[in-house]
Amino acid sequence: MALYILRRIALSIPALLGLILLTFVLSRVVPGDPAATLAGDAATPAQIAQIRAQYGLDRPILEQAVIHVRQVLSGDLGNSIFSGRPVAEEIWQRLPATLELTFVALFLATLFGIGLGLVAALDHNGPLDHLVRVVSVGGLAIASFWLAIMLQLQFSMEWNLLPLRGRLDVALGQVPRLTGFMLFDTLAAGRPDMFLDALRHLALPAFTLALPGLATIARFTRSGVLEVLQKDYVLYARAAGYGRFRLAAIYVLRNAVTVTVTQVGLLFGALVSGAVAVEAVFDWPGLGTYAVQAILSADYKALLAVTLVIGVVYAVVNVAVDVAQAVIDPRVADQ
Amino acid sequence: MRSSSEPEVTDAALTIEDLAVQLRSRGEVADILDGITLTVPRGSVTGVVGESGCGKSTLLRAILGILPGRATTPRGRILFEGRDILPARAAKPHGRIGFVPQDPYLSLNPVFRAGDQILEIMRRHAPGTRAEHRVKLVELFRAVQLPDPEAALHKYPHQFSGGQRQRLLIAAALCCDPALIVADEPTTALDVTTQREILGLLRELVRARGLSMLFVTHDFGVLASLCDEVSVLYAGRVAESGPTRAVLDTPTHPYTRMLLSCHPDRAVELLGIPGAVPPATAQPAGCRFHPRCPVAQPDCRSEVPPLLPWPGGRAVACPHTARMEAHALA
Repeated sequence: MALYILRRIALSIPALLGLILLTFVLSRVVPGDPAATLAGDAATPAQIAQIRAQYGLDRPILEQAVIHVRQVLSGDLGNSIFSGRPVAEEIWQRLPATLELTFVALFLATLFGIGLGLVAALDHNGPLDHLVRVVSVGGLAIASFWLAIMLQLQFSMEWNLLPLRGRLDVALGQVPRLTGFMLFDTLAAGRPDMFLDALRHLALPAFTLALPGLATIARFTRSGVLEVLQKDYVLYARAAGYGRFRLAAIYVLRNAVTVTVTQVGLLFGALVSGAVAVEAVFDWPGLGTYAVQAILSADYKALLAVTLVIGVVYAVVNVAVDVAQAVIDPRVADQ
Repeated sequence: MRSSSEPEVTDAALTIEDLAVQLRSRGEVADILDGITLTVPRGSVTGVVGESGCGKSTLLRAILGILPGRATTPRGRILFEGRDILPARAAKPHGRIGFVPQDPYLSLNPVFRAGDQILEIMRRHAPGTRAEHRVKLVELFRAVQLPDPEAALHKYPHQFSGGQRQRLLIAAALCCDPALIVADEPTTALDVTTQREILGLLRELVRARGLSMLFVTHDFGVLASLCDEVSVLYAGRVAESGPTRAVLDTPTHPYTRMLLSCHPDRAVELLGIPGAVPPATAQPAGCRFHPRCPVAQPDCRSEVPPLLPWPGGRAVACPHTARMEAHALA
């Protein structure tokens, strides 16, 4: 098992190196001159040239690529062209907000997706199955930004039940930053009231982000369970007198979710990109709003760094998914 | 009317009376089993033999209480330990009837430890604590000659060979001290050498533990080596039944005769009779074998032949066996 995990980690290294190079190439093919943007509207050509030299933009492209890779590997993501501050620092400030949102969304999507999928499969072609189908088609069809605004209108403006935007009510004060995860930091600071407030702030954006993933997971779980129910070992277990609940919820589901787990890994990528829109609507101070800002100001340093960080997180999540799969199905690691 | 709560005293481990099962499929009704009557005497092995599609699997599923959802309400009775276990609402005899399935590769869940899967059966159907169950299971693993029985408890199914998995399943069938073992061609998925070992093991366990067993097979060789009694099934009905030696030596029903005469060495495949087993949705009227029978008479097309008693504790569902005698001589 340990060997299997090491192998999985080793396999993700070339992918990450490729990503570093790819982000570099991308930054050179997109239109827009960052030196000109930085110098401002009134800059003279001489000033622009000076800025270009200052950021190394005038060197040969291959040399720039090598410098780029070396810097990234040493943790230096460069300074933001927009704010002048180190990009790594700015991202470090915002990454936990996005991770907290996506992880909570992923948790909701997985929990309810698997639950609904199981219910649908056990009631194959029955009313519950149809209901779940409607929910999952709807979940995939509804655009996140529209849903986000509708939820805000209803829950925040109309009923005044949940906060409209942000991560925390400023009136409650602040907690010292330990991890950047509000759910953790508020508890660590001994402020359960702020923990609840953080949860209330998470509810709408997390639900919005989770819905498409929930739909996907429900569909995969349903078909997985239906397939497993046909297996000889299920018939055997029934003949041997397994309990109905144990048979469905444990014996069948564990086999069925091996496919679902792979989906969860792929889904994470969709969640992070979905977070850009959701963060914008809910004014969530995460990587998504940062990326939008970087795009608008042609801050290519910041954009490269965001892409890279998302890539790393994606790789980590996929290693975790591989490990989870090996834990669920012992045959995976033995192959 | 017999009361189902009143146990009936009988010297049979299992008695099946006039069992009929139909399956609905796409608007059609398939007659899978019709008028099956057979007994498994206590302490003996009864074989059920027939070609594929004769209803063997459905018979097993009826006994085990796992008839498919598209089965219509079955007719007849299955008496086990003095109770009729056939009705859907009857308590199923889990644990009291041990089941050895056909394919050891497909019958264990790949993502759970084999030992845990058997312990789950014991948790539900055997008295005692989990620790006691583990001790008992290791003993059983030893009894079925599984190598390294202690370690076997912690292994996953894919870490065993086919023969070992069948040994695991035999141990599972025995785990709740059953009164009856039901085996569904437990050796067909295995290679020949392993088949012989598993049959030897079953024979030994049955003798040593005084078990009763219903053994389904399509292999006359296996039948001869293991079973005391046999029922020959054709298209969902019993064609002939009786002591295995007698049935194999002097087959009486035209179907059994032809089956055995095409294969004097009693080999595996049951071919060589003109025609094919009729589809279950279109069973011929009268005797179901008549379209393939060389001595069929006009009444065979309309009358269902009853299972007639025969000397030597046998029964044959054919009133024209004398003609078969003449046919064989000709």
